[in-house]
Amino acid sequence: MLHGYGASLLTGAGLSLGVALASLVLAVLLGTLGAVARLSRSRVLRGAARVYTTVVRGVPDLVMMLLVFYGGQALVNALADRFGWAAPDVDPFIAGTLTIGFIFGAYMTEIFRGAFLAVPNGQREAALAYGMTPAQALVRVVGPQMLRHALAPLSNCWLVMLKSTAIVSLIGLSDLMQRAATAAGSTREPFLYYAFAGLLYLAFTSVSELVFLGLRRRLAVGVRQVAR
Amino acid sequence: MIDVDAIRTSLPSFASGALLTFELTAAALVIGMAFALPLAVLRGARSRWVVGPVWLFTYVVRGTPLLVQLFLVYYGLGQFESVRESWAWPWLRSAAFCAVATFAVNTCAYTTEILHGAMQAVPAGEVEAARAMGMTRWVVLRRVVLPSALRRFLPAYGNEAMFMLQATSLASTVTLMDLTGAAREMNSRFYLPFEAFVTAALIYLVITLALVGLFHLAERRWLMPWQARP
Repeated sequence: MLHGYGASLLTGAGLSLGVALASLVLAVLLGTLGAVARLSRSRVLRGAARVYTTVVRGVPDLVMMLLVFYGGQALVNALADRFGWAAPDVDPFIAGTLTIGFIFGAYMTEIFRGAFLAVPNGQREAALAYGMTPAQALVRVVGPQMLRHALAPLSNCWLVMLKSTAIVSLIGLSDLMQRAATAAGSTREPFLYYAFAGLLYLAFTSVSELVFLGLRRRLAVGVRQVAR
Repeated sequence: MIDVDAIRTSLPSFASGALLTFELTAAALVIGMAFALPLAVLRGARSRWVVGPVWLFTYVVRGTPLLVQLFLVYYGLGQFESVRESWAWPWLRSAAFCAVATFAVNTCAYTTEILHGAMQAVPAGEVEAARAMGMTRWVVLRRVVLPSALRRFLPAYGNEAMFMLQATSLASTVTLMDLTGAAREMNSRFYLPFEAFVTAALIYLVITLALVGLFHLAERRWLMPWQARP
């Protein structure tokens, strides 16, 4: 049915998923740093985190990605020129992951900050009063409760992130979209391949939603639910 | 360091690109909203046969990347001879039409869900009171549910409008010369990636901040006084 392009498309889908997962790691890291900065006492750090989230929310991901990819290449070329190396090509996987991770790090910053603020301060104070160190209080008491508050926006964030990996094809990564385009070009059946790519993405998002639903149920154990 | 002359040379194309970005966003939002209103009402209907298709529509659109949808419409539909020979082909061949149509369908799905959520959030007591007054369902919808839901809907819709504005940058992938298209052209002409994309990013940032400000004003005008009411 797919004229022998099925395996190629699945390989591409794996690569897309790889970009999404690598970006997730980077985004969680940046989000944690951003949230710490946003909640810190230092005005400079708070300001920097604010600029970060505002700029990311105001610039399209495609523009950011083209800037990182072409701008990164120009930077690498200039550096290589100065030190007399041969300039390596910027890898689209790395450029794509850096961009998507950077973008969603800003969203995670807001999510983690909101989740931290949603846990009543008394919880932390009680943990400290029991003699826990601040780190223990975070890991044992505040953290697990933060996770529950953060889960719904996190799942949303992951879904948006998963879908935004499609644009990495535009800087030349042979991901799902790129391979679909190749197959579409050589068989002249673009609808078939783009529809298949869409279905694969739909499968990814559906499975993600199921996983998050399970997690949400699990983390909500111990929270009284109002009967609906 | 910064090549100001190249930016100055490209300014006219940035200006016309910004205009196209604005037009694409406005067209998509207006058309999407026009279809989202009835769909959101149907989404809350009692019959499963009504809710099901609407739910499926929003689920599929929200579960797939916009780029896939755009390519499916612009490149994909031409695969079928019946489409190529139909009356709609002159339109479907135009990148601008395909872009607006895809963006409108996309934002329509998100708007439908946001609006549906806002309608669900209307307190049951208000609806019951209205019905006890003898209002028909249509009148309850028009006088009680929608005025309240459309206000609650503003903050989340502001986000969606912002997303749409940025999503229109994908129009540059189907040959349209929007703001991103202008930046890509400048980059390929002068090979100045920083100048080209940072200029575009700054213009996007300004438009986004203006949009955020606009929604803030709308919230101050319609949402806040209404929430403050005892």
